[in-house]
Amino acid sequence: MAIDTPGTGVFSQGRAKLSARTLRTDKWWLTPFVTFLVLFSFIVYATFRAFENGKYFAQPLISPFYSPCLSTDCVKDSPSFVGTIFGTYHIFGMTVSPSLFILIFPLAFRLTCYYYRKAYYRSFWMSPPACAVAEPHAKYTGETRAPLILQNGHRYAFYAGLVLNVFLSIDAIGAFRNEKGQWGHMSIGTLVLLANATFLWLYSLSCHTCRHTIGGRLRNFSKHPVRYKLWTWVSILNHKHQNFAWISLFGVALADLYVRQVSGHSIRNLYFF
Amino acid sequence: MARTLKLRIWRGNDEDGALQDVTVEGNNGEVVLDIIHRVQATQLGDLAVRWNCKAGKCGSCSMEINGKPRLACMTQISAYGDDEVITITPLRAFPVIKDLVTDVSFNYKKALEVRAYEHPVDLKPGEARMQQVDVERSQEFRKCIECFLCQDTCHVIRDHEENKKSFAGPRFFIRIAELDMHPLDTLRNRKQSAQTEHGLGMCNITKCCTEVCPEHIRITDNAIIPMKERVVDVKYDPLRWLGSVIRKRDGIL
Repeated sequence: MAIDTPGTGVFSQGRAKLSARTLRTDKWWLTPFVTFLVLFSFIVYATFRAFENGKYFAQPLISPFYSPCLSTDCVKDSPSFVGTIFGTYHIFGMTVSPSLFILIFPLAFRLTCYYYRKAYYRSFWMSPPACAVAEPHAKYTGETRAPLILQNGHRYAFYAGLVLNVFLSIDAIGAFRNEKGQWGHMSIGTLVLLANATFLWLYSLSCHTCRHTIGGRLRNFSKHPVRYKLWTWVSILNHKHQNFAWISLFGVALADLYVRQVSGHSIRNLYFF
Repeated sequence: MARTLKLRIWRGNDEDGALQDVTVEGNNGEVVLDIIHRVQATQLGDLAVRWNCKAGKCGSCSMEINGKPRLACMTQISAYGDDEVITITPLRAFPVIKDLVTDVSFNYKKALEVRAYEHPVDLKPGEARMQQVDVERSQEFRKCIECFLCQDTCHVIRDHEENKKSFAGPRFFIRIAELDMHPLDTLRNRKQSAQTEHGLGMCNITKCCTEVCPEHIRITDNAIIPMKERVVDVKYDPLRWLGSVIRKRDGIL
């Protein structure tokens, strides 16, 4: 442990001789603590749902955790049913949940996201727990070695995320149907899936990689006026990337929970028309 | 309104030192640097403090106030409660010279390692023309006053003295970004050297540099992350690399 170890970090020779690892008097620990609780809760819930392999479809609603369906094990009436790409897999006699084929992509996107990196480096790894608070690690190599060097693949996770957003948008449009599959109806579930897809698009489009791809990598904006305009719009969204990251995380969990409750007949999906 | 302030000021040198309790009168509207000057004038005549403009523009009076890296001339005492003890220490990432004055020469050595702008050889002085949209990104980085608060708070060197050899720090990442985004800079390999020579990959973007910047430069979002993405373009993205080879584009190098 580096903290409180004489001769390292803020206790290095020549620096101001102080015994405290930080002199901050505010509640610097609160934000990483709350971040840890929320992210950990989401991980527990998402893991449970990914392995539950049930209660993810209630015509016309499908849970974002199980969309698009990439397994023959999926319910075939779902709007974004892709079907037989992966067939049905079994391990030790147990059916592999089709959700596992899906969740690796948003997991990779959020895990490599520049905002979430800040969040979990601070709250889970305490590197550092807060600004000007000494971290409890003796050595630090950042993102220069495996596995953290894989963070440089964020753009590929971003592309995969965009594809998933298309499927979730199809699901949201498909939710303008009733329980018999007839179009021209709208329910609370429609709003839930619509809001989920919207926030996921905002999260993706506000991404730093999106900002770079759309125009940030250019040196001469004046030679690319359309990309410059798009870059300015994405930059506006990028200011709110942290907000969209959290809202979309809650959104996807709540959308899944709603579909689960409807599917399990715990609540009714109320229709406006 | 006059009030009595309870201070703890760190006093010492690079070998030893301790916090010293001081009580002094102050007025809301004054800044911490005013109070330090009063202490210096009335109680501790040999208290060392570096300062210059008293307007948040010279970057000299960087120190840590209640553990947070701040400019003393921009920190109002009204931000602290009547019963609150204000602890003032030197920057904790750099060696102390005396009291509140630290040796920040590390930063000047790192500045020398960043290769300068290279002008196009076919453009004579006075012939260069640039559009405003091409330079406005870099202009944000020119606001830097070199107070080195970002360097002080960066845990890569604050908590790991050994990383000072290989890590330039956020102040110099914005300098590198400024040059890499410059429409006329012709130096090749600036992106690769950001990663290999200046330690860009060591940054884990926890944004403390942005949080402490008194000029509100969005160091992480507008300089470090764009530079990381540019490094990915030339170093970690096989498709992007292949595209640049096929189309023989030097622009991304």
